[in-house]
Amino acid sequence: MAGVLLIVAAAIVFPGIILRTKSILSGRKGPGILQPVKDIRVLLLKGSVFSETSGLIFQAAPVITLASFACAMLVIPFARMEALVSFDGDFIFFIYLLAFGKFFAIIAALDTGSSFEGMGANREALYSMLVEPALFILLATFAMFTGFTSFSDIFSNFYISGSHYALIYSMIGFYLLAQVAMIENSRLPVDDPKTHLELTMIHEVMILDNSGFDKALIHIGLYLRFAVFGALLFNVLVPAEWNTPLQIALFFIIQVVFAVMIGLLESFRARNKMGKNPKFILTLSAIALIAFMVVLILTEKLIT
Amino acid sequence: MNTILFLIILFLSFWVFILPKSYKYYYTLVLLAGGLALSTIWSFRVFDGSDEQLIVRLDFQTFHSSIVFTIDRLSAFFILVVNLTVLTGFLYARGYLATYEKSKNALQFSIHYLAYMWLYFSMIMVVMIRDGVSFLIMWEIMALASFLLVIFDAQERSIMKTGISYLIQMHVGLFFILIAFLLVGKATGQMSFDAMGEYFSAHSNLLVFMLFFIGFGIKAGFIPLHTWLPQAHPAAPSHVSGVMSGVMIKMGIYGLLRILISVQNNLFEIGIIILTISIISGILGVMMAIMQHDLKRLLAYHSIENIGIIGIGIGLGVIGMALQNPVLSLLGFSGGILHVLNHSLFKSLLFYNAGSVYHTSHTRNIEQLGGLMKKMPYTAIFFLIGSLAICGLPPFNGFISEYLIFLGMFKSLGTANLYQSIIVTGSLVGLALIGGLAVFCFTKAFGIVFLGTPRSEEAARVSEVSKNMLFPQYIIVFFILLIGMASAYFVRPIFSLVSQTFGIGEIQAFRGAFIGDLTKINLLGGIFVLLIVLLLLYRHFHLKRRVVERGPTWGCGYTAATSKHQYTATSYADNYAKLAKPLLRNRETYSGIGNEEVFPGKKKFKTQSFDYFKEYLIDRPVHLLLEGLKKIAFMQTGQIQHYILYLFLYMLILFLLSYLNLI
Repeated sequence: MAGVLLIVAAAIVFPGIILRTKSILSGRKGPGILQPVKDIRVLLLKGSVFSETSGLIFQAAPVITLASFACAMLVIPFARMEALVSFDGDFIFFIYLLAFGKFFAIIAALDTGSSFEGMGANREALYSMLVEPALFILLATFAMFTGFTSFSDIFSNFYISGSHYALIYSMIGFYLLAQVAMIENSRLPVDDPKTHLELTMIHEVMILDNSGFDKALIHIGLYLRFAVFGALLFNVLVPAEWNTPLQIALFFIIQVVFAVMIGLLESFRARNKMGKNPKFILTLSAIALIAFMVVLILTEKLIT
Repeated sequence: MNTILFLIILFLSFWVFILPKSYKYYYTLVLLAGGLALSTIWSFRVFDGSDEQLIVRLDFQTFHSSIVFTIDRLSAFFILVVNLTVLTGFLYARGYLATYEKSKNALQFSIHYLAYMWLYFSMIMVVMIRDGVSFLIMWEIMALASFLLVIFDAQERSIMKTGISYLIQMHVGLFFILIAFLLVGKATGQMSFDAMGEYFSAHSNLLVFMLFFIGFGIKAGFIPLHTWLPQAHPAAPSHVSGVMSGVMIKMGIYGLLRILISVQNNLFEIGIIILTISIISGILGVMMAIMQHDLKRLLAYHSIENIGIIGIGIGLGVIGMALQNPVLSLLGFSGGILHVLNHSLFKSLLFYNAGSVYHTSHTRNIEQLGGLMKKMPYTAIFFLIGSLAICGLPPFNGFISEYLIFLGMFKSLGTANLYQSIIVTGSLVGLALIGGLAVFCFTKAFGIVFLGTPRSEEAARVSEVSKNMLFPQYIIVFFILLIGMASAYFVRPIFSLVSQTFGIGEIQAFRGAFIGDLTKINLLGGIFVLLIVLLLLYRHFHLKRRVVERGPTWGCGYTAATSKHQYTATSYADNYAKLAKPLLRNRETYSGIGNEEVFPGKKKFKTQSFDYFKEYLIDRPVHLLLEGLKKIAFMQTGQIQHYILYLFLYMLILFLLSYLNLI
């Protein structure tokens, strides 16, 4: 339960911190930290315009996508506290549930019959497919390293071996998860949420026709997804044995650092050329293979 | 009593010829229902645990012989899977065949119905018969019956050609199985599945297994033995494609499992072979599926992918047996076997929907369709459910079987040594990729066909199909949801099937815990659905209090957008096609706009998918063979004197050879 509450709390401030970082770095006064939340309130008050072409799928997709994130949140543990629902292989469920949400986001974009939104749809489909090997290799190394097969068990036993080399491994895990989080949440360098041209967008172009309530749901979903990945990052980094107040403090510190990092990255880095993205994403699989090698060594399978 | 009934049904099936045209359908339905009821009763008697196996004897006094049906749990499972799909297929056929009422005569209908009945009878007898000769006869009847079903539309030349090619490839498969049986028969003096154990314990396992694997693999459609599949499925009427893809190709899987029961050594190598071929089938199958524009061919390639998933499960199960890792064995085999059931459900559903689309729009070309959801909402929603299930997304049934296989892999990682870790992680990545690619493929298929605006006149004129055609789909969707939401009731019997059939040691504690986990998955699935419903309700009331308008799709300021501006299937798959080009060798022909062309003329752009294996395994060799045969065609003079001369020369050669003791 604690995990869910913390994720929701983080989701409220997370996007604001990114915004603040970016506006400070670009020398603007910029909005306050709670501006994204206020934006959602405004969106909720507004009416909606629906395309004449769109139908049932377009109307239902934002709800389904948000529900998939909210439901995926339930299997994320927080330190020693088990997740609300925890079972063997819950991370498989987690990944596939996120894919369910994505499936609907993609077909909703196609439902508008727009010449732009298909563009975002097929990019989203391709990139999320390319991310999967990296994610699964990483999870395989988790399972191999700890000998457990659920998020709760893996994270509560992550540092139990006592080997200091585990730190190397956790750093690689952190890096990979952070990169996957950036791709999954359509941030730089794969996608730029603030781009102004439809031709260069991925996620933004899929939701061109959404307005009002639906758009608010899509934003909430994005913020939640960030916080969910933030919680995973926290679990990889912080040993589960530390005491709870410290854990909670660290949780927020990691979330803030992660958000500031994204802000920094987006202020100083240009987006990839669209054609280079597949290569960039596949590199993650290569790094995941390195993690795999590290674990083979750590578990004394490769070098005994 | 039962056996006599069964014989009477077999006998009565031929009477379909003498009935008036309008009664034929119902007559067939009654006979099928009889067969279904009988075999279902037999299967349940095996499954409820009262008998380990059920033996039914059919005695033919006049021939002094008898056919013995032996039903163990494996057979019973396959019988139930076959029964369900054959029933839904035939119910669907009523509406689908209605359009052929005028163009086909009574004889053609009789042949079609007879072939359908015998496809069914031969399939259930294939899984019940252990004797080699009878098995091969049934296997052959299955091929012939399905051939007759495929060529129902034979007035089109291409369909007849496809049918012949299908028949030939089936016989190549039969040939391999026959050789394997003969080898076993020669060594043990008994051509039967029961003699396999005896053979395998005394002889090398690999050769005979490979012969069986190739023979059964052609039926199942493992790459590179799949070449008949993408051709035969689009050619056949949709209810037949549904049955063929849903259950007939699973007979290959059944054969494979039946052999694996007896295999005793070289288990690790055999497991690796199955696993490797399955991963290749899975990945290449779905990769090629994405490139297809023919809806039914796309689904056919997806069958190859799903056979791959089933094979991954079975391969892991065998490796688990080799490593004496009962958990891996149990999860692998169970995942594979459950996927047999799951695939038969969603694939037949998808084929029926593809048939409905073809039925009303008269095209299977995805590029010509679009916006069908508004006109055909039920078909669209059923297709959507089938798509979600085939992608393995929770809370549908496909997830459960893929989850079993995934979990088997993850569970075995903790104790695996270096090579095993690499193998398991490799297959893990393979299965994950298959999942991702499937999502890509079905967002394309569903999005382009059912969403957006119609891309052609035909697509704009469609209407929802009749209730007759929708009714069997409700049945399938019911089972898809049932397996997805009440998984334990299906997984538990499959666990006991697997542990009984493959002799996997007692791991009760694990099984109990696992069933608990399944309940949690179902619970989460339930929460997910509930959340969606609540949010939708809230959204409904929320929008009621707001201004809701309708307007054109955002066109970036351009207001004269037509349906041609939409994304097409080709453009949707374009970024993928570029990535996959080195592997798939898909072809593009486009003459670009030249520098001098101030006013460019008409340009043509053509893309073509390419099946490597069909080209190099079938087309090229056949071409070479034909070229060679043409060269000796001069012997065909048409004069009887020459032929008598050939006969004489032949006898002379035989005489010489025997004189020299060469033969």
